[in-house]
This record gives sequence, C-alpha cells and structure tokens, in this order.
Amino acid sequence: MKLMINGEPHETGQTTVSGLLAELAIQPERVAVEVNHAIIRRIEFDSFLLNDGDAVEIVNFVGGG
Amino acid sequence: MPCRTEFLIFVMHFTSEQLQRYNRHIILPEVGQEGQEKLARSSVFIVGAGGLGSPLGFYLAAAGVGVLGIIDHDVVELSNLQRQIAHSTQTVGMPKVQSARATFERLNPDVAINVFHERLTDQTILERIRPYDVVVDCSDNFVTRFLVNDACVLTQKPLVSGAILRFEGQVTTILPGKGHCYRCLFEDLPPEEIRYSLQLSGLLGALPGTIGALQAMEVLKCLLGIGKLLTNRLLIYDALKSEFRTVKVSRNQSCPVCRDIHSPS
Repeated sequence: MKLMINGEPHETGQTTVSGLLAELAIQPERVAVEVNHAIIRRIEFDSFLLNDGDAVEIVNFVGGG
Repeated sequence: MPCRTEFLIFVMHFTSEQLQRYNRHIILPEVGQEGQEKLARSSVFIVGAGGLGSPLGFYLAAAGVGVLGIIDHDVVELSNLQRQIAHSTQTVGMPKVQSARATFERLNPDVAINVFHERLTDQTILERIRPYDVVVDCSDNFVTRFLVNDACVLTQKPLVSGAILRFEGQVTTILPGKGHCYRCLFEDLPPEEIRYSLQLSGLLGALPGTIGALQAMEVLKCLLGIGKLLTNRLLIYDALKSEFRTVKVSRNQSCPVCRDIHSPS
C-alpha cells in the first residue's frame, strides 16, 4: 500500500500505525501520529488500520528550549 | 485572527526618538502608529531565558512591547553561550533572568522588564501569567510545557509554543477556545529519558535563533491582530534539509484539558 509520510511517498506492507512505526524504527512513545489530519491516540496505535493513499504525519516530541 | 479582544483606549505620545526608533514599524500600513501604541500597551510573559528566550526577548524588546515578564531558575553557564545570545562571557554565574534583563534594557530602555529567578510551578503559574496578554513557552522540559499549556487554557491566554532539539524546531500558537491545545497533539509526557533531553542530545546553535524569531513574529502578529497565526497548525523546521513543513492539528474533542472550554458544536 502507498502512504504519504510527512509529505513523502512511502510503500509499506504494514497495516497498523504500530506496524508502520516498527518498520520505520520509531519508538511510539517519542512521537505523535496523525492520519489524514486526525490525531491517533497512542492506545489506538495497535488497532488503527491504515488505508492505501493515507496521509500520515509523524511528529517528534521536541522539548528543548 | 486577533487574539486580543479589547484594548484600553488612551492617547499615547511617542517622543521624536521613539518615532525614529519605531519608524520601520510605523510606516507599515498593517502597523502604523496605532499598532506601535498597541505594542507599547502590551505585555508578554516569557517562560525560559535560554536558547529560544534570547532571540525572542531581543525582538520583542526591540519591537517596543511595553512589558516583558521573564522567568527562569537557572544561572548562566559557559555551555549556554554557543546559542543563548542574551548572555555573555561576562554574565557567567549570574541568574539568566538578570543577564537577559540587562541585555534587553541596553537594546531598548522603553521596555519594562519584570524578572522571576525561580522555577515555574503549579502553585505559582496562574499568579505569574495573570497580568500578561500573551505567554511564550521557551522552556527546556516537557513537565513545564504541559504545565504552561494547561494554565493558558484555564486562563484562556494566547500561548506561542516553541521547541528545539538537535536539528529540528517546532512552533505552534494556541488560542484557547479557538483551536487545538498542546495536549490535543501530545497527549502526555514522553518517556523519562527524553523529558530533559537537550543536555544529552545537543543542538546546532543557530537553530533557536530561527525558532525564537518565528515565535517573536507570532507574538507580534497576535498583539497587532494581523495576519494568520499558527493556530491549528504546527510548523516544523528541519535545519539539516533546510525545509519547513506545516502539520494541520485538529482539536481533540476528548482532550482532558481543553474540551470543556469549547462551546458545544
């Protein structure tokens, strides 16, 4: 399935947010995730199903000042 | 979208020196003398006098914002000086708020600067931010970031939030009741090991200059009521790629902090 991740095209066989983050080697606790402009709660990462063409935004926790 | 809904109406008289100092503002049709007077009557509370607070404070002081409040419990260290440009070799060991106040007063003596050499806590935050029109988060840890967000939502104060790490910066503007809040995007504290991460991860020194200046621009637009703020948007700067991207952020209908201040839709 084809996704747009942070504005860049990405081909994946993963179907959940958790699976996608694992594929990208991103720790789920370190990011917020939006799919098609809707924020996905962390408890939904395992169950939320991705669809072909979804726009995924992965936002890092950045806290320095 | 203007974030201030009411202004005290009274006539201010700028001196000829002030008219010269603010000339490049005043000749902008979007600002004018009226806008410059708005800035002079405005007050901004800055949380953190470090990497972001330095450029932010410089630009707000230069712009002639009437009152700045600055809170920071730290003292200036040598390792700060690669990026925290309000401080200098001569002020190492001095409380950051005092060092910053002296710097900003040298730039513009018109600005009144209140400083608080203390840590912001849930016991003090409401009292500290109450007198100010806008709050700016330049803090260096997530505990303070969540605290500042929650207090601004509670008191319905505009909040311009900026953050930096390594080569990445983020800016967003929160107008409570009119869009998302910090907790709509970031539900809860991240893991312990990244809560206080700057000392361990580092950052390239000009990064806070970029993000702090963007925060200053958001504050000035907010005070002047001009342009389009970063409300419901998060601006992300990738310094290595020299790229900006904007992420739309929707309000979380079940956000534990801001759901109750929005009228039912």
